[in-house]
Amino acid sequence: MLTNNFVITCAVGLHARPASVLVSIAETFKSDIIIRFKEKEVPAKSLIGVMTLGAETGESIEISVTGEDQEKAMERMVLFFEKELQEL
Amino acid sequence: MIKGIPASNGIGIGRALVYQEEDKSKEYTGKKIGETQLENEMTRFAEAVQIAGKKLEEAKVKASKILEEKDLQLFEAYMKVLGDPILNDMVRTNIQKQYLCAEASVLEAVDKIKAMFLTIDNDYMKQRAEDVENVGNYILDALLGRERVDLSQLEADTILIARDLTPADTVALDKARIKGFAIAKGGETSHTAIVARMLEIPAVVGCGENILKISSGETVILDGAEGTVLSNPDSEQLGFYMQEQQKYLAVQEEIGQLKEKPAVTIDGMRVELFGNIGKPEEALSVVEKGGQGIGLFRTEFLYMDRNQLPSEEEQFQAYKKAAESMGGMPCIIRTLDIGGDKQIKSLELPAEENPFLGYRAIRICLKEVEVFKTQLKAILRASTYGTLKIMFPMISGIEELRAAKKILAEVKNDLDEKSIPYDRNIQVGIMIEIPSAAITADILAKEADFFSIGTNDLCQYSLAVDRMNENVSYLYNPMHPGVLRLIKNVIEAGHEAGIKVGMCGEMASNVESAAVLLGLGLDEFSMAPSSIPYIKKAICNLTFEKAGDIAENVLKISDAAQIRIYVKERLNAD
Repeated sequence: MLTNNFVITCAVGLHARPASVLVSIAETFKSDIIIRFKEKEVPAKSLIGVMTLGAETGESIEISVTGEDQEKAMERMVLFFEKELQEL
Repeated sequence: MIKGIPASNGIGIGRALVYQEEDKSKEYTGKKIGETQLENEMTRFAEAVQIAGKKLEEAKVKASKILEEKDLQLFEAYMKVLGDPILNDMVRTNIQKQYLCAEASVLEAVDKIKAMFLTIDNDYMKQRAEDVENVGNYILDALLGRERVDLSQLEADTILIARDLTPADTVALDKARIKGFAIAKGGETSHTAIVARMLEIPAVVGCGENILKISSGETVILDGAEGTVLSNPDSEQLGFYMQEQQKYLAVQEEIGQLKEKPAVTIDGMRVELFGNIGKPEEALSVVEKGGQGIGLFRTEFLYMDRNQLPSEEEQFQAYKKAAESMGGMPCIIRTLDIGGDKQIKSLELPAEENPFLGYRAIRICLKEVEVFKTQLKAILRASTYGTLKIMFPMISGIEELRAAKKILAEVKNDLDEKSIPYDRNIQVGIMIEIPSAAITADILAKEADFFSIGTNDLCQYSLAVDRMNENVSYLYNPMHPGVLRLIKNVIEAGHEAGIKVGMCGEMASNVESAAVLLGLGLDEFSMAPSSIPYIKKAICNLTFEKAGDIAENVLKISDAAQIRIYVKERLNAD
């Protein structure tokens, strides 16, 4: 299992478009991808889960990835949260 | 007659088809099963999800013939919800742990997820909650063996009546045979209403449950502009609405022909017709409706419903998008106009006794200089992508205009130092919405590049009327002699100084008042994009001479109520 923390950098928080983009990226991997925020824990492949997380701009979340393609999946998550998310 | 919310213009006359899926699913709420049925219920659920997926796929294929790619995303969203692990896990847990039957398990999971979405208070989440409910209904259809009426196979001249239509329903509609629809639920911005407008089918939404008392086969008249539904009309009513329908269609045709043409009176006086927008995406609808620019881009959306102030970059992207969408046509950006009744969390403004006379708009910007500078910087940076203009709201006197321009000059210096390009000739104008500004327009005109009259506030301040207060709202009248004299003064002062005078209040989008404004010499009319074709038509059918004569006479009438009657009579007489 790989774990990393990220800060939400997009202006609208992790809702709406940013949430749906994250889900469609997560879906391309076989690994289980879990997002932890405050006391909540949701699969990154669930739009319902990600959207109801309520993670706002500036807040920090934890991502854990477990599975055969976990290295690749985590690399992709880093790219998403550290670069792409700002532009969404 | 049933009154609902107008959702899509036009008059529909036809026979009712009541497409009310009788909702029996609620009878299953909380229904328990025995241990031996567990496996069976799990299988039923899994099969139902598959069937629902197939139905959605079919609906998408049908819709793909009518809709564009971006509108088909709706179906992708439905499919995503249908396959969502949280939804599926919840239902399975309900069956296995709670011993609920499949129907009850779906109902319970949908309600729970909807409630989660609704704890986040914004329109987007409300729409997603609706999506989840719609998807839940597809699963329940499969579980209960409910068949939906095939909306692509209708009798000719059908008026569809339903509790609620999903977007998937509305896109399947056979446009040639359907004459309109009346829906019990929904608002003006619901998916259904938007799709109806896109397909140009008259529609009334939010009619309430009473609408379902109409029986299939009854004759129904639907007025999409008024938001009314009339069943079993007498022959007089039928005759009246058939005439109205003809008139509407004739107007539509004329409007279609006018779209590409400029707004020019019969005797050759050309004015500018602009659109008011609240989001950069709406710029396209201004162009679509035949507008030649944006007379008011409200920037509040960038600041509302969030905890942080928008960054310069985010604002830059929004202004750039609007500039580019207009392809060189002007776009007037109004700087932040909040305070009073419009609050934003990030500034923590105190509650006030008299919000409309309080700390708002430019008054905030002149104090919160950094917030103001960030916005100005973003506008200036975006100004190289089109023709942007800056407009300051709530200017009451020359000191405020000078102070705001001084800050703008500082921002320009800053950009110069960093060699960041911007439009050096960017025009800077002001809203005229406070009586003192209207009266001293000659002073302000010397230092502003343009005026835009905001009639909603000007009217409320000069008549001392809160139009939201129903005890006094009858006094609210933009055609009051007092308001008209102020407007006349502003236009004359502007022209004297050689600057253009526009208007971005509701007054500009009313046919009668627009005729008077034309006669007074207003240069630019800015309004909701949907009003542009109607005002263009009105202007193209008038002479400037007649409008001038109407305006001159209107100024002699002392009674506010008589003014509108007079203008109406003059416009109807040839």
